[in-house]
Amino acid sequence: MATELFAPALYESLFPAGISRYAIGGLLVGLGAVVIYLGTGIPAGASTFLESTLSYVSDQSRFQQYVGSRDWRVVFTLGIIAGAFIYALTFQSGLVSSGLYEPGTTGQLYDVGGFSLWLTDVQPWRLFIGGILVGIGTRIGKGCTSGHGVCGVGSGSKTSIVGVITFLIVAIGTAQIVMALGVTP
Amino acid sequence: MSQQQHPLFMPLIFVGGLIFGVGLGFSHMARPEVVLNFLQFEDFGLLFVMGGAAVVTGIAFALMPRLRDRAPLTGNTYGRRLKPFDRNVLIGGTIFGVGWGLSGICPGAAYASLGVGNVTILWAIAGMFVGAYVQGYWRSHRADAETAATGAD
Repeated sequence: MATELFAPALYESLFPAGISRYAIGGLLVGLGAVVIYLGTGIPAGASTFLESTLSYVSDQSRFQQYVGSRDWRVVFTLGIIAGAFIYALTFQSGLVSSGLYEPGTTGQLYDVGGFSLWLTDVQPWRLFIGGILVGIGTRIGKGCTSGHGVCGVGSGSKTSIVGVITFLIVAIGTAQIVMALGVTP
Repeated sequence: MSQQQHPLFMPLIFVGGLIFGVGLGFSHMARPEVVLNFLQFEDFGLLFVMGGAAVVTGIAFALMPRLRDRAPLTGNTYGRRLKPFDRNVLIGGTIFGVGWGLSGICPGAAYASLGVGNVTILWAIAGMFVGAYVQGYWRSHRADAETAATGAD
């Protein structure tokens, strides 16, 4: 990386895992959204799936408004899961490698049939309570990291830019407080 | 969107999701630890995930409306993702921020996390459905109470 040439110490402290896996991953996330957009005109987000899927089992009007899109949103989510699984079978398992891919050091790898799968060390109570707040907040706030962060910012939407700045600042504050309280991981 | 009848509609959605999911896995954003490391200022690489993705969508969203009028599989016009601003954006964004900062998980990354083998993430996915249900139940009843169903977002 050219950036390593002029300030290696700073670069190393800001980006201890390099930037290529992040940048390439981000380009692929954008490409996935663009493929759907080119074919369908839909700027897809991931959080509407939560409410649209609830419309299968609940008659509440909030969920029923998504009946028209609920089927493709299930397919989109299954695609995301399958895509991450392809990554797990290749790069995560070490069967495919690249100088642009930096393996991680977090969590636990476990072996299934010669492939490496991965488990988080983050405690279930953090995931569950955090998940509840994510479910409430993304739906009230009209979008999540993909809807506001990728498609909305990509659209130059002021609403999305304000939304992203809001959840980013609050998330940084929350994570810093949780860390200061000594909760790990 | 009643024009989902095109035989390639669902396959294209799946392929788009597939690429999206590979990206979330490859970038490690599907790992809550990596998101928390970013929020705790220990690794700023995650900026390149959202930034890289937004640059790609930004180019497509800017170009396509000038090149073609309608998307081939749906007949939808090419628009941008523009939603009206109101205080819900701030309230919801704040609640989401607390949840993201506590768990390191957002919806798309949670689905991808399941794909990399992280069954523990089902706690987060269950939580997200509970949260989505609670706000939907509350807002549905509030809308009924106001009787004027204005189709608010």
